[in-house]
Amino acid sequence: MYSLTGLELKNPTILAAGVLGTTGASLRRVALEGGAGAVVSKSIGPEPKKGHPNPSMIKLDCGFLNAMGLPNPSYSEFKGELEIARTAAAVPVVASIFGGSAEEFAEVAEGLLPGKPDAFELNVSCPHAEGYGAAVGSNPCLVEAITARVKEVSDLPVWVKLTPNVSDITAIGKAAEAGGADAVVAINTVKGMAIDIESGYPILGNRSGGLSGPAVKPVAVKCVYDLYAALEVPVIGVGGVSTWEDAVEMIMAGASAVQVGSAVYERLDVFSEISAGIETFLGRKGYGDVKDIIGLAHERV
Amino acid sequence: MRPLNVNIEGIIEESPSTRTFVFDHCFEAAEPGQFVMVWARGVDEVPMGLSSRNSITVQKVGEATSKLFELKIGDSFGLRGPYGHGFTLPSPGEKVLIVAGGVGVAPLAPYAEACQASGAEVRTILGARSASELVFKERFSEAGLLDITTDDGTEGTKGFVTMILEGLDASEYGKIAVCGPEPMMAAVFNVLKGKGEVERAEFSLHRYFKCAIGVCGACCLDPYGLRVCKDGPVFSGEQLLDSEFGKYTRDASGRRVKI
Ligand SMILES: Cc1cc2nc3c(=O)[nH]c(=O)nc-3n(C[C@H](O)[C@H](O)[C@H](O)COP(=O)(O)OP(=O)(O)OC[C@H]3O[C@@H](n4cnc5c(N)ncnc54)[C@H](O)[C@@H]3O)c2cc1C
Ligand SMILES: Cc1cc2nc3c(=O)[nH]c(=O)nc-3n(C[C@H](O)[C@H](O)[C@H](O)COP(=O)(O)O)c2cc1C
Ligand code: FES
Repeated sequence: MYSLTGLELKNPTILAAGVLGTTGASLRRVALEGGAGAVVSKSIGPEPKKGHPNPSMIKLDCGFLNAMGLPNPSYSEFKGELEIARTAAAVPVVASIFGGSAEEFAEVAEGLLPGKPDAFELNVSCPHAEGYGAAVGSNPCLVEAITARVKEVSDLPVWVKLTPNVSDITAIGKAAEAGGADAVVAINTVKGMAIDIESGYPILGNRSGGLSGPAVKPVAVKCVYDLYAALEVPVIGVGGVSTWEDAVEMIMAGASAVQVGSAVYERLDVFSEISAGIETFLGRKGYGDVKDIIGLAHERV
Repeated sequence: MRPLNVNIEGIIEESPSTRTFVFDHCFEAAEPGQFVMVWARGVDEVPMGLSSRNSITVQKVGEATSKLFELKIGDSFGLRGPYGHGFTLPSPGEKVLIVAGGVGVAPLAPYAEACQASGAEVRTILGARSASELVFKERFSEAGLLDITTDDGTEGTKGFVTMILEGLDASEYGKIAVCGPEPMMAAVFNVLKGKGEVERAEFSLHRYFKCAIGVCGACCLDPYGLRVCKDGPVFSGEQLLDSEFGKYTRDASGRRVKI
């Protein structure tokens, strides 16, 4: 067991938001078959949303590009899925939520409470959904107000997921902390685009989207490194983690746990593999615990 | 992968609502039952079974398929794939039963041909609403025995594919492959279940696809979270027992919708 913001994780690997998180059944599968220590749902909003037209995700040589457009069935429909995940996953289930204002975030959080999530993750960082996500998450005042408002409506731990598409991610991290965040999660996808040169059309239905996978790991490591130095609350590292070495690197930058998204493309049990790899590494190097290497890079000067 | 650019080399009018688009790229290693994502640029990208190594067979139902119907020989569209798992091929001498309904013929015609080529004995039950909607009659009859049913009786037996299926000894067939509208597949599933033969039958499912590569979770089945795009689209009857199959599906937002 590994504790993080009051939750007892099976191990420090967590399923990232928006990946295999649309139904209770798939969240459960990632926990049971994939070996994730905790799972985060798809970001859920106030109204059902179809998302952007396809193509909504493509694999590139260096990573993945997506513009799903926050498709979700709305909180009133999703609370049943949360319950399904909660009853059988045997690991903490975190509900990712989004809205256009502090009030909408609070409405969604309250609406999901009957599904008994273990924590909330606030998506203030989606780079390609108009009026939501990063549109909200690049404004420190809004991030603080949203965090505080969600803390008001429930006693659950609140994680705030940050966008790297800002000039100073620590300013947003500090705003989340000031609003009462129990942890920050970094990073969401990095703005990106691909164009089909035969036709001249941008490939994504939304024209542009967000980059994830191996290409963004150095960006994520730097964001986590800076946030660790700037904040008191734990930082959860996400972006390009697909092996235990990536996870250890993220932890040494300052992450208390890692999330894995795109890497489920290769295999679902990437979580078991990473957590086993971390354990072996700790043993080989004579460390007692993951906690011994969190932010280690900051001490090496 | 980025979408490949393919050029249309031929367009075959299969029925009033169905056309085959033959293109200039050959998916040499594609298994019958695998699918591609077809990008009608500026509109949408939708899944289609490969009806041969270099064609798709499209029924016009909405925006993306209507856009494809506007294309002429020499025009191009985008293609990603082939993705997913196809139907299991038989061993030589094995008997194969194919049950095809509507545009479900698309992945099954190349399967019938592959089965015949591998020395299996093929029998197909082909169903459609009426005679004019029967697609790939010749391909199926050249691959083996063919029974036809139409809802309105304009050709073959009047009624559903299950009427023929009920009269067959399903235990004779080493492989049973099914594709068509879900209510039809669910009816076939139930008949085969009644005969105690459903576990090894294979069904090609349709769910709303977004990423098509097993990451986003849009296409997951209850209760085990199997991904239709990556773990399927072809599943064994055993995998579908006590599942949402035949009961409900989900729309693009993830809301449940009754079948
Ligand atoms: C694995 C698989 C193989 C398929 N093979 C064929 C085939 O060989 N020939 C054929 O004609 N059709 C096939 N289909 C169905 C085909 O994808 C839909 O008919 C097509 O998406 C309709 O698009 P539209 O924009 O014209 O219609 P719309 O008006 O957008 O939608 C009509 C219906 O099409 C379906 N649909 C729309 N978008 C998608 C999507 N992204 N993913 C899945 N379903 C969608 C939905 O059920 C929707 O209700 C297949 C579907 C799947 C999942
Ligand atoms: C298909 C897809 C959908 C995503 N949806 C969401 C989402 O709904 N909410 C969110 O906060 N992040 C979402 N993300 C971002 C991921 O949670 C993660 O931050 C990002 O992909 C980087 O991690 P990775 O490289 O491990 O994928 C999504 C990513 C992908 C690839
Ligand atoms: S369509 Fe994304 S997982 Fe199947």
